[in-house]
Amino acid sequence: METLTEPVVIDQMTPTPFRVRSAREELSHTFTLELEPPNGDFVFKPGQFVMIYAFGIGEVPISISSSPAREATILLTIRRTGAVTHALGRLKPGDFVGIRGPYGTPWPMEEAEGRDLLIIGGGIGLAPLRPAIYHAMENRDKYERVIVLYGTRTPDDILFQAQLERFSARTDVTSLVTVDAADRGWRGSVGVVTRLIGRVGFEPANTTAMVCGPEIMMTVTAERLMEGHSMAPENIYVTMERNMKCGIGVCGHCQFGPKFICTDGAVFPYTEVGELFDIKGV
Amino acid sequence: MMTEETLTKTVAEQSFFSGLRDDQIEQLVAVATEIMVPAGKPVFEEGGFADSAYVIIAGRVALELDISHRAHHIVQTLHEGEVLGWGWLFPPYRWSFSALALDETRLIRFDAEQLRATHEGDCELGYEMMKRFARVMTSRLAATRLQLVDFYGNTH
Repeated sequence: METLTEPVVIDQMTPTPFRVRSAREELSHTFTLELEPPNGDFVFKPGQFVMIYAFGIGEVPISISSSPAREATILLTIRRTGAVTHALGRLKPGDFVGIRGPYGTPWPMEEAEGRDLLIIGGGIGLAPLRPAIYHAMENRDKYERVIVLYGTRTPDDILFQAQLERFSARTDVTSLVTVDAADRGWRGSVGVVTRLIGRVGFEPANTTAMVCGPEIMMTVTAERLMEGHSMAPENIYVTMERNMKCGIGVCGHCQFGPKFICTDGAVFPYTEVGELFDIKGV
Repeated sequence: MMTEETLTKTVAEQSFFSGLRDDQIEQLVAVATEIMVPAGKPVFEEGGFADSAYVIIAGRVALELDISHRAHHIVQTLHEGEVLGWGWLFPPYRWSFSALALDETRLIRFDAEQLRATHEGDCELGYEMMKRFARVMTSRLAATRLQLVDFYGNTH
């Protein structure tokens, strides 16, 4: 008689307790948790996510926002949107959360070596891109131009502002920020993030673009890169977000057309998901 | 101040005018001058008479809307190579926004009345210029629509 037990799945469904080392408010509704793995070691690739469990409340997928080279702790940058994220936002140093993962496909950092890197984030979408930016900085000689473009609603909504300022001070990185609206005190750019693309120099045929933000932002940005700069869709990568349950391709909760976001993504080449953006209800 | 030769070269180098014939560039240069606007000073003011068209050569300009007679709301920032303003195109020739130089800004200013007369007198050039301005207006309108929707997610 066959057994229905799937030990591997059971292991993957069991959270590991991680201790909260610090909790930091980033913006009015966004915070970052610094978490310690129990054995002091956690290996992941830029773009991967974990399932984080607020005990007794629920579990949500969150992209890792720290450097993949930073092994003692991981950072998760989270926006308060529901019961779980609000509960996570109340955690204090010394508290514990459950972690499963890392899961999902990474940004194509190795495939992009020797090419220009065009990293475009919108809103909290900068968080899943930050490990890729760290990786590019720490391996700067492996890439040609490194360009970071970031758009958000107002100057008060700029995520990781101090780091963006440090990036823009570097001579080997181009970093531009724009906001949708500002008063006269703002000295930076106002306009959608796609307007920044024309202001930076890159070689479209030798560029890998990594884009993260709401779907409308990723769609408009990808179209701008393809139509305005003749970039091939296979060189444009986006990361998708859906509600998830298992995180390991079993439950189907995160199905996006023929794809499971958790295992086929969350990072996809635009060739795999671009057409799905246009289908209502997917 | 630029010589006419330098002004011609500068106008011809702007992407907005790329592809125009030399004689068409000359017609535009005939109504053009170079101006400098210090940082923090207005290029033009909302509601004012739109007597000029501009192209930014260097520097940045903020387009502002006076929303309460106290606060100025920046709706877009324009950079070098970009066209500034089209209130001069249609009656009543009023600026819908204020334009504030964020840096010391160098612009080419086209006299609006003479530019309209040039377009009327040379319909081929006039139509070409209208298409180019229409493309800029369409692009800016599309960008503004994206600014109005929740383009970056519900940050609040």
